[in-house]
Parts: sequence; C-alpha cells; structure tokens
Amino acid sequence: MSQMTAMKRKSIHTLAETLSKQVQHFSKAEVEGLIGLYHELLGGSAAQGRAVTGLDRSRFRTLLYNMFGMTDDMIMDGVFRTFDKDNDSFVNEKEWVEGLSVFLRGTLDERIKYCFNVYDLNNDSYISREEMFQMLKESLIRQPSEEDPDEGVKELVEMTLKKMDYDHDGRLSFDDFKKAVKEENLLLEAFGTCLPDTTNIEKFEQQVFQKQVKP
Amino acid sequence: MGVTLTKAAQWTSSGTGKLELTPMNESLLKEVLRSVEQLFSRHPQESEHVFEEPLQWSTTLVASDFKTDYDISEFNVQSNEKDSEGQPLLRLSPPTVYVRSFSQLSKLLHLAADKKLEEARTCLEENRDALVKILGPRFADILEREDTQTDPVDEDTSEDSEVKVKLFRLLQNMDQQLLSKLLEEISEHVRLDPAAANSDVESLKQFCRGGDGRLLKSVRYTSDYEFSNGCRAPPWRQVHGEICYLITEPCDTEDLHITCSTGGVYLNAGIKQEGAESGYERTSDTYTDLPTLLKSRSPYFAEHINKQMPKKDSTSKTQSKSVQMEDQGQPQRSQAGKKKYEPSPRWSNQGLVPPCGKVEENNPGREKSGKKKQATGAKGKLKAEFSLSSLPGRMTPQKSKTLAGAMELSSDSSTEDEDEEELSERRLQIQIEQSPDYWLIYKLVKFLKRGDQTATVLCLCAMLDLNLMQEGCQLDIWDIGGVEVLLNLLDSDEVKCQIGSLKVLRKISHSMLICQTILDMDGLQSIVKILDRPYKDLKALAAETIANVARFRKARTTVRRCGGIEKLVKLLDCLPTLANMSPNQEKDVEVAHCGVLALWSCSKCNRNKEAIRVAGGIPLLGRLLRSPDVNMLIPVVGTLQECASEECYRIAIKNEDMIKDLVQNLSSDNNELQMHCASAIFKCAEDKETSDLVRKYNGLEPLVLLLGKAEDKKLLAAATGAIWKCSICMKNVAKFQEHKALESLISLLTDQPIDVLINVVGAIGEFAKVAANRGIIRKCKGINPLINLLTETNQALLVNVTKTVGACAIDRDNMAVISQLDGVRFVWSLLKNSSTEVQSSAAWALCPCIENAKDAGEIVRSLVGGLELIVNLLKSTNIEVLASICAAISKIAKNKENLAVLTDHEVVPLLAKLTNTTDERLCLHLAEAIGHCCMWEGNKASFGEAGVVAPLVDYLKSNNSAVHYHTTMALYQLSKDPNNCITMNEKGVVKPLILIMGSDDEKLQEAAAGCVRNIRLQALAGKIPPPKKISIGTAKRCGKGL
Repeated sequence: MSQMTAMKRKSIHTLAETLSKQVQHFSKAEVEGLIGLYHELLGGSAAQGRAVTGLDRSRFRTLLYNMFGMTDDMIMDGVFRTFDKDNDSFVNEKEWVEGLSVFLRGTLDERIKYCFNVYDLNNDSYISREEMFQMLKESLIRQPSEEDPDEGVKELVEMTLKKMDYDHDGRLSFDDFKKAVKEENLLLEAFGTCLPDTTNIEKFEQQVFQKQVKP
Repeated sequence: MGVTLTKAAQWTSSGTGKLELTPMNESLLKEVLRSVEQLFSRHPQESEHVFEEPLQWSTTLVASDFKTDYDISEFNVQSNEKDSEGQPLLRLSPPTVYVRSFSQLSKLLHLAADKKLEEARTCLEENRDALVKILGPRFADILEREDTQTDPVDEDTSEDSEVKVKLFRLLQNMDQQLLSKLLEEISEHVRLDPAAANSDVESLKQFCRGGDGRLLKSVRYTSDYEFSNGCRAPPWRQVHGEICYLITEPCDTEDLHITCSTGGVYLNAGIKQEGAESGYERTSDTYTDLPTLLKSRSPYFAEHINKQMPKKDSTSKTQSKSVQMEDQGQPQRSQAGKKKYEPSPRWSNQGLVPPCGKVEENNPGREKSGKKKQATGAKGKLKAEFSLSSLPGRMTPQKSKTLAGAMELSSDSSTEDEDEEELSERRLQIQIEQSPDYWLIYKLVKFLKRGDQTATVLCLCAMLDLNLMQEGCQLDIWDIGGVEVLLNLLDSDEVKCQIGSLKVLRKISHSMLICQTILDMDGLQSIVKILDRPYKDLKALAAETIANVARFRKARTTVRRCGGIEKLVKLLDCLPTLANMSPNQEKDVEVAHCGVLALWSCSKCNRNKEAIRVAGGIPLLGRLLRSPDVNMLIPVVGTLQECASEECYRIAIKNEDMIKDLVQNLSSDNNELQMHCASAIFKCAEDKETSDLVRKYNGLEPLVLLLGKAEDKKLLAAATGAIWKCSICMKNVAKFQEHKALESLISLLTDQPIDVLINVVGAIGEFAKVAANRGIIRKCKGINPLINLLTETNQALLVNVTKTVGACAIDRDNMAVISQLDGVRFVWSLLKNSSTEVQSSAAWALCPCIENAKDAGEIVRSLVGGLELIVNLLKSTNIEVLASICAAISKIAKNKENLAVLTDHEVVPLLAKLTNTTDERLCLHLAEAIGHCCMWEGNKASFGEAGVVAPLVDYLKSNNSAVHYHTTMALYQLSKDPNNCITMNEKGVVKPLILIMGSDDEKLQEAAAGCVRNIRLQALAGKIPPPKKISIGTAKRCGKGL
C-alpha cells in the first residue's frame, strides 16, 4: 500500500516537474498540489477499479459549483469544453493544470481567449447571435405584460452586437471580442460569469496549495 | 338588470365570459334570483310574457328533477304550458334547457333548489344578451341605455307590447334595486385615502388652467404642510378620518370649503386657518368624490365637465361604484367581449389620464412632472388603453429606494406604450431637449432594473458608450430615474456591477443636478462605503465620483459625516517616487490620485480640513508632493493651498519642508500646477520664516517669471499674491529687484481682474517701503494708475491702494504728482467708505500726503466738509480707525487755520474722551494729536478741563519710546496752562519726566525739561506745594549735561 502511494507520489512528482515547465503561472510545488487534487477528485472511480481516463463532465461541474459557486449549466459546460482541449470528454492532468493556470492566474490576454472559448458554444470560432441569445436568455426578469418575453433579450443581444461587433458581420470573432474587452475590461465576462472572483481564488489556492505542502 | 349585469358584474378576463366567483358576484346572483322569484309572485301577468327568444343554457338538471306540469319522456322534458302557437315554454333536451317565460324560469329555479345559484350563473354566462332575448332588441337597447325619459309606449300600441312595456318597467326597477343594493354593500368599503384625495385635487387643479375656458378658478389646500402619512389635516382631526381641507373657487358660486375625509367629501363651515374648531363642522351631504360634490354645487362645473367628456353618460353612482371595486384590487371586466380594461370612470368622466406618474412625486426634484401630469386633458382617447389594475399601486406614495422596489414599479402591469407616452409627456413638462439617445437610455435603464449581473454589466457598458459628459444625456438618465438604479447597484455585492455603475456615475456626476440627486438619495453613503472594499479599481472609481459630487457644501459635509475623509486619507498611502513600480504599486498610486482628487473637493470646507489633518493626511500629502507626475501634483498642491488657510497647515507646510517642493513646481510647465503652488506660497508667505525659505530655495525668480504669463489670470493672481506676501520681507524685495519685479508689477496696474490688482497693488505697496523703489514707481508712471484705482469699489483693493499711495507720498516728488492728480481728495473721500479697514487705511495714507504736500493746508481746506468728516470719525469704535484719524489730525493741526476749524468742530472733547484707552497705538497717536491741538489758544485749558492730563501722565509708564515722545510733547504743551501743571504735579509726572530727560533725542529732552520748568514756575509762584527734592537746578543740570 505504502509502496503504491510512494510510486504514485513519485509519478506525480515527475509529472509535476514536466508540467511546471510547460505551464506559466504555477511553481512545481503548486502543480504537484493541483495534480494531488486531481487525483483526489478522481479517487472515487479509481477505487472501483475502472479504467480512468480523466475528470468527466459531471465531476468537473461539481467542482465548479462547490469551489467557485458557478451555477449556470451552459457556462459550466463551456468551461469544461474549454478545459478539455482534445475534446475527448475528459480533462486529463495536463489539461487540468493548463486550464487552471488561466482560470486562476491568467493574464488578461489569456483570460480573453479563455472566455471567448467558453462563450463559443459550438466551437466555430465565432459567437453568433443565437449563441448570445442562448447565454443571455435568463438574464432579464420577465415582465408579465410583455407579449414576447424574449423581446428584451433580443434587444440586449442587438445592443451588445452593436457595441462589440467591430467588423459588422453580425457575429463576434475573437478579434472583435478581444478589442472590445481591451477597451472595456468589464466586457471580459460579457455573457456570464466563467471566471472565479478574487475571494474564491484565494480560498481555492489556500486550500489546495497549503494542504499539499504539509504531507 | 341590464346595467347591473354589464357594468357591475365581475366577469373574468379570460375572454370566455365566465362570472368570477367573487363575493360581489355571489350577492349579485342572489339578488337576481330573488328578483326573478318576486317578479313571478307579484306580477303573474307580466311573468307569463313570452320571451322573444328562449334563454338557453346547459343545465345540470335532468328529466327526473321535473315533476308535474311537465311532459317527461325519457330524457327530454316539455312544459305543459304552451304559448299561443303551441310551443312549450320550457323544453329540456339534455344538457340544454330552453326557457321562454319568467314563470317557467322561476319554476325551474325553484326545482333546482340548492343548485339554483349555479343555474343562474350558467344562465347569465351563456345568455349575455338576456335582455335582448327577453324583450327584443329595441327594448333591450333602451333599457341598456337607461334612458328613462323616452317612453317606448308611444311607439308601440299593440296589446302584447303593453305587457312588454310593463315587464320592461319591472325589469328596470329591478335593475335599479339591484344597483342600490350593491351600492350599499360597496359603500361599506368606500374609503378615500390621502393618495386618492391628493390625486383628485391634482386633477382639479388641472381644471383651473386654461383661461376663460377653465372650470374652476382655483383649488388650494388650507395647509401646505403634509404629514408623513399624506394627510394635511391636523392630527386631532385626522382622528376623525379627515385627510385635508380645500378651498375651491368655482366660476359661478362663492368659495367652497371642502373637507376630504376617509368617509367621503363634504362642505365644512369654513376652515381658513387651523385653530377655529367650529370650522370643521359638516354643512352638506357627504359625496363619494370631489367632482361629484362640485357638480352638485356648481352648475357651471357640472355642465362643462360633461361637455368635456360626453362619451360616458351612465349615472355617476354606477361609476363611482366601479371605481370602488377597483380600489379593492379586484380585476374587473368592464364590458363584455372587450379585452382592454377601461379607465377608472371617475377619471374618464373628466377627460383625464390616470395619474400614473404619481409615484414620482416622492422623487426629489420631480414635483414638476407630477403636477403637470394631467396636462393632457385632451388626450381622452388614450385612456382606453390604460390599465386599471395599476392605478391603486401607482397612487400609493412609495419610496422605492431599494432595487426590489424599483423592480416592482417597473413591473407594474402597465404596457410599454403607455409608459412611453407618459415619459414623453413628462419630457414636455421639464422642457429638456431630448437627446437622440433618449430611447436607448430608457431601454438600458429598464434592463438595468430587470437584469441579472450579466445583463447589468452589458447595459452599463452600453451606457458607457454614450456621450455621458453631455448635459442632455445626463439629464436623460436623471429623467428616466437612472440615478436611483445606478445607486442601487452600488449597494449590491457584485463588484462588476459596482464598477460599471461607478464608471457611469463618475461621468454623469459632472452635472450638478445629478450630484444633488445622488446626495438626496443618500448615494454618497453608499459610495463612501465602497472605499472599504478590497478592490483597488473600485476604490479609485468611488473616490473619483466623490470628487465630482462633493462640489457643494452639503455633499462635503455628508462625506465627512459618514467617515469618508478618513477613508479617503487612507487611500493616499502609496510610494509615488519609486522608479520601477510593479503594476500593483502603480495601481496604488492611481488610487491615491483619485483619493486626493476627492480630498481636494472636500477640502473646501473648514471642518473637512481639520478632519484631513486629524486623519493624518498632511504627511501623506507631503509624500505625494514629491511625485514626479503633474496629474498627481495638481490635486495635491490644490488641496494644500486650499488647506493653507488654516494656521496648522501653514506650520506643517513650513516644517515638513514642503516649500522646497512647491518652489520646485513653480517652474513646472503646467499652468495649473504653477498656479496652485503660487497660491500656496501666497497663503503661507506672510510668515517670515516661510518667506525666507522661499528665497532660500530660489523661489523668487520663478515668481517674477510668472508675471510674464499675463494671459492666465488665475495664475497671475496667484503669482502676484505670492510676490506680495514675500515682499513683506525686505530682503526679498531686494532680491525681487534684481529681477526688475517692480517694473513688471507696475505694468500690471491696468486692465487686470480685481484679484490680480489687489495683489499687484499690495506688492507695490511693500516695494514702496524702500526709498529707491518710490522713485521707480514715479519714473515708470505708476502713480497715475494707482490714483485711478482709488475710485474702485472693491474694499480689499481700496485698502491696498490707499496704503500704496500713502507709501508713495513719502517721496516729495511723488507727492507733487499725487496732488496734481487730486489724489488727496480721492483718498479723503474714502474716509466715507463703509469698511473700517478702508477708513483707517485712507486716514493713514493721508498722513504722509499732508506732511509732504507743498500747500497741504490749502488742499485740506479746499475739501468742503472734509475736516468735519474727519473729526466725526473720532466717534468710531474701531481702535485702528481712531488711531489713524488721530494721526491724521495731528498732521492737519500743524496748519493753524485748519486747527481752528478742527477746534470749531469740537475736536478737543472728542479727543479727551479717548484718553482712557489702553491700546498703545492709539495712545501714541492720541498723545500726538493732543499735543498738536494744544497749539490753538484755549485748547490747552479745555483739554485740562476735559481731564486729559491724568491719563496722559499714565502713558509715561508705557515701555514704548514713541509713546513717551509724543506724550512728553503733549504734556509740555499742556503744562503751559497753570492748572494743568497742578494736576501733573499731583499725578507725579516729574519723576518719569526727569528720566526722559536722559534720552538722546534733543527735542524730547527739551520738551521734558520745559514741562518740568513750567511745573516749577507754578511752584515758585506758590500755586503748588513745594516738591520734595526736585529743583530746577537739577533739571537744568540734567538737560545741559547731555
């Protein structure tokens, strides 16, 4: 048993070393901590002896909900999709560490890219009217008097497009999005909260990194 | 029944035409049933009348329910009673039943027993046109219209129709009974509330407008004071349910004194003012509402109000009834088949739009819009579109401070159209030009109220794209109620919303109106609270917004009261001088910049200056003063110069070595910064050490250089001020003259704003204390403009000008110029100025003028009333004025003729009255004046009689040698009168005089000796008891020995 954990620890160690060279914002110890958490999250299914390819969608969403208080399904799926770069429906260790590097400590440019990917629901490199509508659908409280309850949302979408669609092609390209955010940082999370706030980041980092240092 | 059913019954709004299960409907149905039964029993003949068409509905009754008199065959039932053509009067083919007479109807209901209510309901629901079916279209029409005047009989004479008419009458009666029954029930609920009363009055006020066409002359409350519950009646009357009292002036009758109470409105005995108890008595019937009362009292009003709104002609009773039902908050379908709600009949009757904007009245600054709400009497068409259910909510005053409140308002079930209509109306009233973005802003604000965080941020970003600095845009946001929404966002915990909101607020807060609104809505408290949040962006934005809002006193006080100063001072803590700053440190500096901007705004109030100091702001400001960034320096120096009005700040500026930085920044290339630096030096340099420091740090040269920037008047004022205060120190004057400051200053004596002139003249006055400079002033032709300035009215300027003219007059050549320009007259006339400072300053200036003018006596005499004026000023209570006048008198008295005039004007007793003073300056000049006035024969004795000798002797106890000098001179003159010598001797004058004889001033020695000699002579003559040890010999010895 102890041998196994020792082996595991060793493998984590090596992996952490390689990853910490590839990923910008984390030290080696921090990467180790993150991988530790990763395995902890996987722990349940590993014990059952099934082959584990990585963190699946539901586990990932639970994490987002518990740790970062995210509730919007669409956004959480988007975050998962953004983490899962190879599109195999699992987040592996590398994707996990890379993703969190942006998620927790990304520079503005990195975060712009990340947010854009989250909002690009169908992965076609554009945020279309329809996608915006999907994401903003619940953002206005309905008024009973309104004939078309989606009217407000539609107007909101048009307003947003007018503001952000610099090339006037009726959809947001990455360049549009980047330019708009650079101009007004508030637009980074224009279509829903997909990044943690400072307090949650602090809480998370404290929890993960400090815990890993002790053992 | 017709009216009752169509108007009063509460139909569901679903469109299927069901009667709602409300208590109202239930009692209505019961009444209908009772009437039908009554009809059958009381009017058998009429109840036999066969309906034009059968009433048919799906019944719950089955064949087995029917008994005798009916032909029952399995499921179907037919009545035995048949009409003239043999058709059964009742026929049941399940589930439908057909009934063709009231008797059958009544029997059927009887059979239905407990289910009859249900039956009646279905019957009425399915026979919405029951009357048409019963009587035929023509009669039903008449009944519906309720036109009781037109008798249908004369058109129809057949026997059948006679019965019909009777039935018609019966039904009509029934209808009325039903209504009155209902009304009774409703009137139990009739309760006016203050809001309703208020809106009634507002609408009536509407009628007072429109010149000759108006319906009323005036409507006003007896009291302007409104209690918090909306009532205007005094509390002891509110106990009786009274809300307010009105005085209405109709066009045709005398004034009506009306009481509005919760039970209705009625005339009172005439309440003119609060107090007279008898006035509250009720003198008329109680009416349900104001218009009804007015209609009954003023025929003119009744006639014209109906003209205005001829559309409705139902009785007002019915109308007020339906209003009440709405007030109970039950949705009501006014007319079957139509989907839209009707307006409240009370309003539609008057051609008014329901006052949907009433809520706004509690909004500060919105009263205007509230009052003019009904300005669209003509827009009667509109009203059909208005939703009734919104009315009660809208009329209740509510303060919607919270986000929830705001949302509730916006979700009030009014439709989009009317909102817009209303908005544009309000727009008209305020008469602001709509900006092209008005509707966009309107939409954005609406979304802000309804949106979650994401939508809110998007809307705020869209708002930021507007031209928020433009006044039109700011007013639009204000107009739509955007300020309130933005402030509500600040109270949320969402950082992004707060940031967005502040980004908007900091821009629109350039409008004073918006600042005022923020203050009124307690927004500053929310903003100050944000300074505690741990986000730097947020702090910076909050501070910047405070900087904008705190432009008026009340806002500044509010910032202090909610602890804002302390929090702002904390923001200043950063390291501005670091060479390589981390992004975090840069952020700190930015926060500090915003913090100091806010403090600058706040520092315009003295108690805030104190609060900044107490919070430890001075050293932090000192640290920021070393920043290399001009943008940082401007507010820092701005705050410092603002605070430098306080002694403690001036000391701090000196002790914390801020002068060095201030001087350094005088050479900045930013005019504003230079201006604030110069201004700070201006305020501090009165202190000798400070002005020495300015010289030490080479600050004088840059100040002189600033005189070249004559186009920037503020800068020029500050720079000349600094030069003025620095030139109080003679070493500085010498230094200034190395840079030819005086010449530059003289060139600034013309065509400058008043604050520049004050400082320039002040500075020249200081320069003129040096003899060489007086010549320069003349040579540079400075005297002419100076004399011209004597005719200005600004008192601060006049003080400086007179001082400077006085200083120039010391030079005889200058004086010649001054006399030539009639300067003495101008200065003299300033003695009449209301300011004591100007008076004294002018009097001081007169002294050198009179001394140095060639024919001074002549000049003085030529001023008609001048001497009288100056003597009268001895009655002043201001010590400085008295001293200066005494000095002037002593100069004037040197001329014998003038002295004679002065004596005529009773200068002696006036001077004598002043001798009790302890003020050294006054003593000095008083003694001098007395001395000179003694030159007129007789005055010596008069002074003695007036008792000046004893106090004068006391002046010799002073330590001031100048006082000694003039007192001795005066005493010497006085001693020429024997009686005075006796008094002097008694007061023990000899001893101090002998000491004075030891002085090095020959004139003084002689005077003292002369005085003693006079005393001695009197003693020798035997008038004085021999002195103890003093003899003339000693005096002479002393005198000659020196």
